Amino acid sequence: MIKKLISIIIVLILGSAVAFFVFKSEPKLNSNFQNESSFFKNSPFRLGLDLSGGSHLIYKADVSGVGAGDVTVSMDALRDVIERRVNLFGVSEPIVQVQSSGFVSGAEEKLIVDLPGVTDVEKATAMIGQTPLLEFKTEAPTGATQNATVDKDGKVTLDAGSQFVSTELTGRYLQKATLEFDQTTREPKVSLQFDDTGTKLFARITKDNVGKMVAIYLDGAPISTPVVREEIPNGQAVISGNFTPVEAKQLVGRLNSGALPVPISLLSRQTIGATLGGDAVAAGVKAAIIGFLVVALFLILWYRLPGLIAVFALCIYIAIMLALFKLLPVTLTAAGIAGFIISIGIAVDANILIFERLKEELHSDRTIIDAVTAGFHRAWSSIRDSNISTIISAMILFWFGTSLIKGFALTLGIGVLVSMFSAIMISRIFLSGLVLIGEGKVSRFLFSSGISK
Amino acid sequence: MFIIKHKKIFISISIILVLLSVASLFIFGLRIGIDFNGGALTEVVYKDSRPAQSDLDTVFKTLDLGSLLIQPTGELGYIVKSLDLSEAQHALLLKTLSQDGKSPLEEKNFNSIGPSVGRELTRKAIIAIVLVSLGIIFFIAFAFRKVSNPSAVGRHGVASWKYGLMAIISLLHDVIIPIGLFTLLSHFYGAEVDTLFVVAALTILGLSVSDTIVIFDRIRENLRNKISTSFSETVGKSLDQSYMRSIFTSLTVIIVLLSLFFFGPESTKYFALMLTAGMFFGTYSSIFLASPLLVLVEEWQEKKRK
Repeated sequence: MIKKLISIIIVLILGSAVAFFVFKSEPKLNSNFQNESSFFKNSPFRLGLDLSGGSHLIYKADVSGVGAGDVTVSMDALRDVIERRVNLFGVSEPIVQVQSSGFVSGAEEKLIVDLPGVTDVEKATAMIGQTPLLEFKTEAPTGATQNATVDKDGKVTLDAGSQFVSTELTGRYLQKATLEFDQTTREPKVSLQFDDTGTKLFARITKDNVGKMVAIYLDGAPISTPVVREEIPNGQAVISGNFTPVEAKQLVGRLNSGALPVPISLLSRQTIGATLGGDAVAAGVKAAIIGFLVVALFLILWYRLPGLIAVFALCIYIAIMLALFKLLPVTLTAAGIAGFIISIGIAVDANILIFERLKEELHSDRTIIDAVTAGFHRAWSSIRDSNISTIISAMILFWFGTSLIKGFALTLGIGVLVSMFSAIMISRIFLSGLVLIGEGKVSRFLFSSGISK
Repeated sequence: MFIIKHKKIFISISIILVLLSVASLFIFGLRIGIDFNGGALTEVVYKDSRPAQSDLDTVFKTLDLGSLLIQPTGELGYIVKSLDLSEAQHALLLKTLSQDGKSPLEEKNFNSIGPSVGRELTRKAIIAIVLVSLGIIFFIAFAFRKVSNPSAVGRHGVASWKYGLMAIISLLHDVIIPIGLFTLLSHFYGAEVDTLFVVAALTILGLSVSDTIVIFDRIRENLRNKISTSFSETVGKSLDQSYMRSIFTSLTVIIVLLSLFFFGPESTKYFALMLTAGMFFGTYSSIFLASPLLVLVEEWQEKKRK
């Protein structure tokens, strides 16, 4: 007796705790969300691109120039480079993933880039595809032809392009670029460290050009033309163009991200505006709430007391699901929300199977306690069978999935598993506890269902 | 017992619906969306007023963007369907739609899928359909693995594999009718076959088979307990015992699906509708098709023996 009451209380406390967590970790439901502990703050719902708005890009990587054994390595390197570039945009939680060729996915090596919140896809693709070209040039030997233009005011402009000649040293030999600030002027500078080959080249260039200018070109334009004072053997150089701190930081990032190991081309793009995503979220939440309310109403009107208990169990079920979405985390898409809403309907199924059995057992003149026990016991095989096929479908869909489908399969699959748990554990604990209200006409009425007596 | 008595009517209804669906599939066909075919879809909403469609059409004809289809959406929007667009073409499209900036607009949705991505998705979809079908058939085989085939008194039992076969037949019925419905949506409202369509079909396979299996289990349980001397009466009584539960378990799912259809996101509307149809006919088939078919099979079996 007391044991049963204690289990009910434990379930209620745990259920409330889960619901409390879901509530507390939602910025929209808490006015002073900023003051919450980091545990709550770090558990938002993770929305897919179709809900948050953003861009979904699929690139094809041309690996024809790479040996068969090195494809994986160069694809991983490609992912790292693109990831670094994407991170430079300040995109929150970008996803960059390699999709290897195979029987299912086709013969092409693909790279999938998800950029939440980025709706200017032209700008995004431009930035992803951009490789900064860093060149070091030395002064052209005296006597070489120099192009100069005289404008209408009679001012002579020397064409910088002809003033310098290219050297072998380029960004290819760069090991690392770092952002620094000048000790005295506080101006941002970019400090470069060359690799072994680069260090040798740089040492030779500086040795040969003491007292002359060495021009550093970025994307074909000179950004800095320092005068060499002495040979620099350690492979370190500093660029101090008139950068803003932001520009300098971007340059460092782009230099560090380096060149792409394999060429890529864009196969497909999808951009979802933020308003469209927001509307979809609002509609999804509305559909879930209305669906839940109608189901709850039906359960209580038709199944009376057990129905009410099922509604309680369903509330706990929903709290558990939402908490799992936050903690796992599950990326929610419109299809994912649909899967969750369907799972609410399925979660009730198990309860209905039990209640219908319960009704039968009551008809065969058992006591309520016996009927509840037998109802649960006999309904189990039906519950298991009716869920296995859904789990099979969900598992295959998850594996088949594009991100859209994965979201659906995951929410549906988790939903079915959790619903089995909630029907077997939670409803059962509640019902067997409520049996304590005793045997009598009223309680028999409460445990019956439908229009039958 | 009512159901078994009038089994031929119910079976005929199913046959007619399936035939109509197949006919509709052949007459109207399915409109394959850009997910599988490749292509681009651009959705824009104008800030103030929407330019006339004919004006846009004339301008587009002069441009090199291939064949375009412009459809009005909402009060101020257009959806443009085209071949897959390069970045330059996309920029040109937007510029044209905004009439060189005269009609300011916001791009709500842009989706350009290259043909190879479409082919990849098609291959994946086919593999998924095959795997889910195999998975479900194995599950049915597993559910009916017990060789025991309890029979009514004085008659031979119905073999286990026949139960499985009936389950598969009713499963086909549950998928074909929603697909038939979709061809109508496709024809009259321009619904297109996309990944969600495939997902809906596969989910129906998963959701609707369980009902049939649970009812068949009840029939075999009752045969073992020998609740009646005739097979058809046993099936009839089993249905009487389980149809309420079948209807109610589906009803709750249908309730949430309808809620999803009426209030849910635009992108999952057809998906919800198809699943609703799948759930509805799945329940119908488990009560009015699969079990009556079993009785029919048993009667034929006896006739042959005589």
